[in-house]
Amino acid sequence: MKLYCLSSDAAKPCFVLSFKELMIMLDCGLSAHSVLNFLPLPPVPSTRLASLPNYTPPHVNDPLLEGELKECCGRVFVDSIPEFCPPLDKVVDFSQLDVILISNYTCMMALPFITEETGFKGQVYATEPTLQIGRFYLEELSAWLAAGGAGTAARRWKELLHVLPAPLAHAQRPRAWRRLFSGEAMARALARVRVVGYDERVRLYGALDATPVSSGFCLGSANWVLRTPHEKIAYVSGSSTLTTHPRPINQAALRGADVLILAALTQTPAHNPDHMLGDLCVHAALTLRGGGSLLLPVYPSGVLYDLLECLSAHLDGAGLAHVPLYVVSPVADSSLAYSNILAEWVSAGKQARVYLPEEPFPHASLVRAGRLRHAKQLHDDAFCADFRQPCVVFCGHPSLRFGAAVHLVELWANNPAHAIIFTEPDFPYLEALAPFQPLSMKAFHCPIDTSLNYAQANKLVRELRPRELVLPEQYAAPTGAGGAGGAGGGARPHVVADGPVTVARRGAARALGVVRRAARGTLCGALAAGAAPRDLRAGLRAAPLVAQLTLRDARLELCAATPQGPLPAPVPQPVALGAPDVAALVRELAREGLGDARVEAGADGCIVHLPRHDTLLHVERHATHVFCEGRAHVRQALRRALAACTPHV
Amino acid sequence: MPDIKITPLGAGQDVGRSCILLSMGGKNIMLDCGMHMGYNDERRFPDFSYIVPEGPITSQIDCVIISHFHLDHCGALPYMSEMVGYTGPIYMTHPTKAIAPILLEDMRKVIVERKGESNFFTSQMIKDCIKKVTAVTLHQSVMVDNELEIKAYYAGHVLGAAMFWIRVGNQSVVYTGDYNMTPDRHLGAAWIDKCRPDLMITESTYATTIRDSKRCRERDFLKKVHECVEKGGKVLIPVFALGRAQELCILLETYWERMNLKYPVYFALGLTEKANNYYKMFITWTNQKIRKTFVQRNMFDFKHIKPFDKSYIDNPGAMVVFATPGMLHAGLSLNIFKKWAPFEQNMLIMPGFCVQGTVGHKILNGAKKVEFENRQVVEVKMAVEYMSFSAHADAKGIMQLIQYCEPKNVLLVHGEAQKMEFLKDKIEKEFEISCYMPANGETCTITTPTKIPIDVSLRLLKAEAVRYNAQPPDPKRRRIVHGVLCVKDNRLSFLDIDEVCDEIGINRHVIRFTSTVRFEDSGPAIKTAEKLKTLLEEKLQGWSITISDGNISVESVLIKVEGDNDNTKNIYVSWTNQDEDLGSYILGLLQSMVQ
Repeated sequence: MKLYCLSSDAAKPCFVLSFKELMIMLDCGLSAHSVLNFLPLPPVPSTRLASLPNYTPPHVNDPLLEGELKECCGRVFVDSIPEFCPPLDKVVDFSQLDVILISNYTCMMALPFITEETGFKGQVYATEPTLQIGRFYLEELSAWLAAGGAGTAARRWKELLHVLPAPLAHAQRPRAWRRLFSGEAMARALARVRVVGYDERVRLYGALDATPVSSGFCLGSANWVLRTPHEKIAYVSGSSTLTTHPRPINQAALRGADVLILAALTQTPAHNPDHMLGDLCVHAALTLRGGGSLLLPVYPSGVLYDLLECLSAHLDGAGLAHVPLYVVSPVADSSLAYSNILAEWVSAGKQARVYLPEEPFPHASLVRAGRLRHAKQLHDDAFCADFRQPCVVFCGHPSLRFGAAVHLVELWANNPAHAIIFTEPDFPYLEALAPFQPLSMKAFHCPIDTSLNYAQANKLVRELRPRELVLPEQYAAPTGAGGAGGAGGGARPHVVADGPVTVARRGAARALGVVRRAARGTLCGALAAGAAPRDLRAGLRAAPLVAQLTLRDARLELCAATPQGPLPAPVPQPVALGAPDVAALVRELAREGLGDARVEAGADGCIVHLPRHDTLLHVERHATHVFCEGRAHVRQALRRALAACTPHV
Repeated sequence: MPDIKITPLGAGQDVGRSCILLSMGGKNIMLDCGMHMGYNDERRFPDFSYIVPEGPITSQIDCVIISHFHLDHCGALPYMSEMVGYTGPIYMTHPTKAIAPILLEDMRKVIVERKGESNFFTSQMIKDCIKKVTAVTLHQSVMVDNELEIKAYYAGHVLGAAMFWIRVGNQSVVYTGDYNMTPDRHLGAAWIDKCRPDLMITESTYATTIRDSKRCRERDFLKKVHECVEKGGKVLIPVFALGRAQELCILLETYWERMNLKYPVYFALGLTEKANNYYKMFITWTNQKIRKTFVQRNMFDFKHIKPFDKSYIDNPGAMVVFATPGMLHAGLSLNIFKKWAPFEQNMLIMPGFCVQGTVGHKILNGAKKVEFENRQVVEVKMAVEYMSFSAHADAKGIMQLIQYCEPKNVLLVHGEAQKMEFLKDKIEKEFEISCYMPANGETCTITTPTKIPIDVSLRLLKAEAVRYNAQPPDPKRRRIVHGVLCVKDNRLSFLDIDEVCDEIGINRHVIRFTSTVRFEDSGPAIKTAEKLKTLLEEKLQGWSITISDGNISVESVLIKVEGDNDNTKNIYVSWTNQDEDLGSYILGLLQSMVQ
């Protein structure tokens, strides 16, 4: 069993597991950190961005670099359509993949890069909410980016990294960065996804069962358990032990695995999501009271639902019930409507509402009451006519490089009454804001990442007791060396286990400690009835067996052998488990009428000679060799005599 | 225990009160727990005393599975759990769990409040019963205990209807409940994978109908409603709040839209919106088309159907009114009926079954005058139509499902004996599998082949695979493995001899036999060997025979020819004890060749 790691972003994992001749991809996360190096794509032209000065590195005169780089407040940005960092494609041939298992919608954005135009022929499995919400994310991404037009890609700067200032100089392998796929490729990739439910056993080519079990992180989020009758591998990605809107994590299913692969832990280990939500509500109320408006750059699903629920309730309590809430996204209507028909995927409390019947999420009633409004884009006529300030706007993209948020930041940047609150943990907020500097509007950082933090992960690992733990290198890093953990002196990693720990690095292949010894089959009743097991030692009984194998649909069946050609069906013969007792042998031979046996000492044992029957028995420690030139009945007598005085089953 | 036993307590050669007992692998499972709407006495509930004459029933039943919310499938559940005292697990899908208590409550009201029965379950009992239910999702594999596993598949019949696959050890059964193989106005078609169960228990309501006549019935219904309103008549459709009501609403809504009709359609009850909400929230259980378009327009937000107000009863002109309750025994539907019945141009459409003693039952039986408690007599001049709209699979659909699922046996329930007989014949002929149709209380035993799980050593399998793959491919080739069957901790494994020796820490001892045959043949030894090989190949077709360096191997039996170019050759045949059959056969063959 081998594990390949294709992603350097632990929060957007991509692994390939080779097991039982299958190549199984676990998640295909798309790292979007790269987009921060690009200049924002405003949905409506921005004179400020357009008039930023060109940047040329000192002492470099390269006409090809002309116009590729711009400078803003001392930082250099690439002026081109933003690019993403897909999983590594050199280590594993995507056409050889048999299966892709997706854990949640934040970890599937690179799917078209894997499945389209790569010769991919396998199956993709995800839960229904993962597919639907993943589709919303991808559609939104593709709509925001398409709005920026299709300018030529800046390429030259990638050759000149060494002369560029930080952080551009430290960009990781920018030559592998790629633009987002086309809408058609995206649709084709999503059409491949087969929908599965929690606790559904998916047979993978008969070789093993894959089961998605609830991971408690978001709607439809799953951990995958791969199981054969003898081996169990648990892939835990994006899990949460907190109580939010999705179904709670199913830990029992993950227990006692041979291998536990742990990925997508929290990206903001120093921030408690509950405190952040509290802070956010306070900042929001203060800003709105001061007449300012609030911008929350968010994804179109996930924490958004919790934010709508908590913020609306908090504002009601703070006497700000009149403040309108806006969700601006090309998929806002679908996302809000869809979340309310996922009764089977939400927490018990929300599910109980469905039995009343009421919508599981309160945002449906907020929409009906006119409190919450949604629009596909900022310049929708109906939306513009309706737009009132102060207000709260939820819109994408959290990187502030494309989407409606770019325009709103541009619009509100100079007004200190307004505020922007970052909740999504995917991007460092100061970097996200860098191209908008200087900025007068207030910026707050309240990251809400409900994924396991290190303490919760350690607790989980202790409870699950895997035989082997696999971690991306980030989590195996000593606590002291990381930025967030402070200056601890010990070299203790973030996540530890009692058993062996394997560390996965991007591009690396790791052999895992699972050794297969047996396959599960069925034994037919007739064959079992014919066997007469004898005690070998206490608790272990055995019998020789001749079985005929049938391997159909990857099912292994053992039945009684059939006759073939001139021979009858083979019958099990006794299996000797030690040398015959020579004295007993001579007695047995005499009883069979072969009384002329003479025993001579040999090289490694002795030789029993039956001169009348022209027969020699070389009895040695590990073998008995019978040279029999006598008639058939003599040999049969010899066999009976040997069986009688040899320990056997 | 390789037997599967099935005893219908209801639905055995009849329709109504589905309740089937299934025993396999030491587990007892109750499939559905329905109530018969045609009886007023104890016959309406399944005969639970059959399971255990007295004493607790829980220890006799490992779980109860409810396929869908129709009362003939779940009506006796509160009775069983709250009055008989069953406390074990109960499984149904989420929509069934949401909707069943409402239908149970409606029925309870009819029986208790209308007919004054006292020995019936209460509202609280319904609530307590539903609290004990475990809701399952489609395809979720639920382990009831360590050995019993169940899994739900989409059945299409009504919202939340499911078929259940049930497994104990190596035995499995599929229970279809009621299902529909063609997608209809709001539901999709039933689907199941090729799970090859030992037994499929299928409904057979329309066992002899070859084409589902549902479309015809719908057309008929719409035509009658349209004709009536065109003449200025009023149409009354008594319904219960959930189930058929939504189906008929969709039907009228789409027809009104298509024909651009303006006659008012009313839905009269407080529950309407709430009822439709169930459908809105479980939209993932409806068909593809409704699911795809629900963001733009929820199918259950009706445009043409308006809420009813009591004052509309006396409004002049045509209208269509859906009113509760469904059996005309009380409430608004009865009030409307009293007003509209004496007029010929009006029409009453009964879309469901009516309990004996209700006004609905009397009218359906052709009563022309109905007398009420206060001696008020109403003449029934309005047209009366009965129409059943339940979606079931037809004969073709049933055959289709059997083909998908590939069961080894089929058992028919929920149908009429005569029709079952016809379908049974057809199934047995077409699929060459056994088909059963036990009557209520009759036990049907199905024997399945014994299959014992066993762990087979990979070393053994790999060695065999190497041998097998070395030969030209032939799917018919026999694949024989010699090894040792081990029993340890009650678990079986099939190991290589060396592995067993390692396990118990001794060295393997090989017993080998070698015999010589003298053969008169001139020429080099290698030529003789080749001749022998030809002979062996002719006699031993299907065995792998190879030759190298003048040594022939027939699988693991070795044959060596020695001798100079003179006439006599020594042929040595050598084999291990394990290959006695083949070795002695070859020796005998060579010996007979020499003589």
